[in-house]
Amino acid sequence: MSGTLSTPRVRVPRSARPGEVVEIRTLIEHPMETGLRQEGGRTVPRDMLTRMVVRVNGEVALQAELRNGSAANPFHVFFLRIERASELEFSFTDERGRTARSTARIALA
Amino acid sequence: MNPSVTRRTALGALVLVALPWPVLAQEDALAAAIREQVGDAAVEEGGIALRVPTVAENGGQVPVTVVVDSPQTAAEHVTAIHLFATRNPTPGVASFRLTPLLARAEVQTRIRLAEDQRIVAVAQFSDGRVRRAAAEIRVTTGGCLS
Repeated sequence: MSGTLSTPRVRVPRSARPGEVVEIRTLIEHPMETGLRQEGGRTVPRDMLTRMVVRVNGEVALQAELRNGSAANPFHVFFLRIERASELEFSFTDERGRTARSTARIALA
Repeated sequence: MNPSVTRRTALGALVLVALPWPVLAQEDALAAAIREQVGDAAVEEGGIALRVPTVAENGGQVPVTVVVDSPQTAAEHVTAIHLFATRNPTPGVASFRLTPLLARAEVQTRIRLAEDQRIVAVAQFSDGRVRRAAAEIRVTTGGCLS
C-alpha cells in the first residue's frame, strides 16, 4: 500500500453565531489490515488507525484512541460550541505512523 | 463404593467447573480492560445513554452513539468515554478524550463486532466519578475477518 492516506472528509458548517452548537462529521478511508488476512501463505501485518485528534484554533478539543474494535473507515460525529471564528484541524494516524490531515474554517455569522 | 457413581460425580463436577469458564474469562478480560482505563475508581451504573441498533446486519460497521449526562463546562465535564466489547477477540474498542470545547458529552462512532454480544460504555468525569452503561447487540454478519 502507498505511503499516503486519503484526506479525511469533514462536514462542518461554514458559519455559526457566537455560542452556537455545531455538528461536526468526519469520515476517513483507510486500507485497514486486521492482521488476520493471509496472502500467499503469509499473514499480512496488522495496520489500523490508532488516533484521531481534533484541534480548534490549535487547542485539542477531542482525541480518540482507536483500538481493535473500531470500524475500518470510521465515521465520527460530535458537537462543538463556537464562540469565535475557528480554524479546525483533523488528523489521523495509523499503526505504520502514516498521518492524514484536513482543515476547515468556521466564520462568525 | 460403586465406581460408576464416582465417575459420574467426577464428570458432573468437571462439567460444573468447565461451563462458566469462558464466561468468567470474558468478564475478567472486560474488567481488566476497564481497570486499565479508569484505574481503581468505583464504577456506578447510569447517567449514560448508549444508543445502538438491536440487530446489526454488518458487524464491520455498527453505529454507536454515547450520550453522557453532563453540562460539559470547565468546572464539570466528561474527560473520557471508553467503549468495550465483551465477545470480540480483544475487549478494547476506542477511548475518546473530551474537553469543555465540546458542547455535549456526546460521541458517535462505528465499531466492529465479531458476534452477538453486550457492549459497555464507561465515562470518566472531571471530578473523578466513573459511570457505565451496557447494551446488547445481535450481529448478523461478524465484522472481524472482513
